[in-house]
Amino acid sequence: MTNDAAFVEFQRVQKSYDGEILVVKDLNLSMPKGEFLTMLGPSGSGKTTCLMMLAGFETATHGEIMLDGRPINNIPPHKRGIGMVFQNYALFPHMTVAENLSFPLEVRKIGKDEREEKVKRALDMVQMGAFGSRRPAQLSGGQQQRIALARALVFEPELVLMDEPLGALDKQLREHMQFEITRLAHELGITTVYVTHDQTEALTMSDRVAVFDDGRIQQLAPPDLLYEEPENSFVAQFIGENNTLEGVVKSIVGDSCVVTLDDGSEIDAKPVNVTKAGERTKVSIRPERVEFNKDRLHADAHTLKATVKEFIYMGDVFRFRLSVAGNDDFIIKTRNAPDAIRLSPGQEVEIGWLAHDCRALDA
Amino acid sequence: MTDATQSGPMLAADGTPLKKSLARSLRRRKLRALALIAPLLLFVLLSFVIPIMSMLFRSVENSIVADTLPLTVVELRNWDADSGELPDEALYAAFTKDMITAIDEKTHTRLGSRLNYEQTGMSSMFRRSGRQIKKLDPETDGPFKDKLIEIHDGWGDVETWRTIKTHAVPITNGYFLNAIDMRRTPEGAQAQPEDKQILIKLFGRTLMMSLIITASCILLAYPVSYLLATLPMRVSNLLMILVLLPFWTSLLVRTSAWKVMLQQQGVINETLVWLGLVADDARLVIINNQFGTIIAMTHILLPFMILPMYSVMQTIPDSYTRAAKSMGATNWTTFWRIYFPQSIPGIGAGSILVFILAIGYYITPEIVGGTKGVFISNRIAYHISSSLNWGLAAALGTILLAVVLLLYWCYDKIVGIDNVKLG
Repeated sequence: MTNDAAFVEFQRVQKSYDGEILVVKDLNLSMPKGEFLTMLGPSGSGKTTCLMMLAGFETATHGEIMLDGRPINNIPPHKRGIGMVFQNYALFPHMTVAENLSFPLEVRKIGKDEREEKVKRALDMVQMGAFGSRRPAQLSGGQQQRIALARALVFEPELVLMDEPLGALDKQLREHMQFEITRLAHELGITTVYVTHDQTEALTMSDRVAVFDDGRIQQLAPPDLLYEEPENSFVAQFIGENNTLEGVVKSIVGDSCVVTLDDGSEIDAKPVNVTKAGERTKVSIRPERVEFNKDRLHADAHTLKATVKEFIYMGDVFRFRLSVAGNDDFIIKTRNAPDAIRLSPGQEVEIGWLAHDCRALDA
Repeated sequence: MTDATQSGPMLAADGTPLKKSLARSLRRRKLRALALIAPLLLFVLLSFVIPIMSMLFRSVENSIVADTLPLTVVELRNWDADSGELPDEALYAAFTKDMITAIDEKTHTRLGSRLNYEQTGMSSMFRRSGRQIKKLDPETDGPFKDKLIEIHDGWGDVETWRTIKTHAVPITNGYFLNAIDMRRTPEGAQAQPEDKQILIKLFGRTLMMSLIITASCILLAYPVSYLLATLPMRVSNLLMILVLLPFWTSLLVRTSAWKVMLQQQGVINETLVWLGLVADDARLVIINNQFGTIIAMTHILLPFMILPMYSVMQTIPDSYTRAAKSMGATNWTTFWRIYFPQSIPGIGAGSILVFILAIGYYITPEIVGGTKGVFISNRIAYHISSSLNWGLAAALGTILLAVVLLLYWCYDKIVGIDNVKLG
């Protein structure tokens, strides 16, 4: 991050298409220059609408969008100078790859020699130097994706928007391109807004992730915080695998609280969205933070009785499905280490966890 | 996998060649497919292919002379048409014999009409002479030369025999020569007299007006199709109904409506006069001429342009124009460099459709075209139903078909038929 002043800023932005339903509700977001920010959320959460407002293809119903300190609500898309990569690449089928890349330079009235040089450099940057004379239809999905990326970068924009650019690729190629895109973004120091519904993509690529739901940003945080310290039960559910147990807060003491689950058993948790005893809560715990080895827990930690329902061998990890406090889908993961214990279905175990790994969130 | 190593054709598991085996396994499916299309195939064959072939054949078929006058045709071979002298008695005797047979079978008037296309007056000559030749006895009443000339002095005219000799061939190029304003004479193909040269002009006019109609259809249809393809579904469906509405109305009704609109006492002229834009004694002449035909046909053929354009434009995703704009292209550049090139296949498909329909159009030019705005098809219809010169009609039709195929071929060379999309 080169400076701390906001480069892209959404100020109280709202968007409605029909005048009845708000697709984006009161969005506030500020991005410094050079940041890679991902908008993550289920479909219909408003993330693509936000991107389109930033690109200029949709107008904000209310609020201001600022780019480098200037309000851009009234600037048409072609004057914003924002590079964009589309979901289906949107490579012009009637032009060759080189012509596609040359197009943004031509409309900027850049001379022929300089154009050719920039096109060549951009193609080399994505390792597609030999493909300039091909048509987009002659390229594979991954190659088209590289060209689309090169085309968005060739006119050296300071801000690049990407709308689920890897959605159409297979898993292996997707992982490779994730790496490629982040590398380029950091090397060139461009500010990137990336939209996806794939949480792995969001976690591996971004400096910060904005989790969208219901037209609002539910949490805006770096990936590790997002995973380890979700601020509400939507984020906890949406990011990664998560176990949820419902109950009522019994007592709060400082940084720790006791929750009485619906079947009467008690557990330790960290109060996040609960403030006083008697509140209903959903506690959230990651599968890999659950312990069934009693030696690793505090002596006075609360434990729960659980019955193993299923054992799934996944290679690097073991995955167990347990029945805990009325929840039949309680998942535990352990690493496939030499000393790992293999539980078998039907077996009864006692499970527990460290209080700060278990978060008492909103009900 | 042993097959891969052996030389020669690939063999199936039981040793038969793989190709044969494959063909056998596909035969049932092919027969089934054939059975499914058989009724339509038969229908098309009987109602479309065979009539067209027979009509095309009529443009060169000319056996009527040789069939009606077999002996005369043989004798004519010995007569030198360029000598300027009348044929000898033997030919007149043969002709009388032929005529008596033909009169019995009542085919001589048909021959008369056929020859009348080539030389005016032949028809009445055959009809009138018929009654008297019937009374002659070919065995006893000779010599016939003077008797025939007495019956009708046309038989004493060298031109008559020259015409019969020229058109005695069973396969003729005469109709085609007629169709391009020429005629078959003993001295070979010659241009028609100036006052009879109308067909080439008519062909030219048909092509020219079809081009104008196609061009005006493109101009009118493009913005509408664009709107249809870009508006939200609900609105565009409504617009689509408006576009299709003319389709559901009878062609005759629409054309007659144009007559009401365009005539001198019609809606447009009355309105203009009422508004004072046009003087009462200087009403616009916008019907019964080329202008009327162009207006009415553009309107009638417009849906054929809009539909292919629309279906092509619908397949151009929004993201292309958005991508172009995000790269800094203005609205006009985006349209001209990105949108328009991708809509060309629709223009191509619509143009072919409209042009080919226009070039063979008949009803509309007939009703609103007057004499100056008619097409070649109206001339064909005239020869089919009024002059009954089916040979010439067939020749004109064949030329029209050839012109369309030629244009189609040129289009394929220039634009490429693969680029034509109907959706």
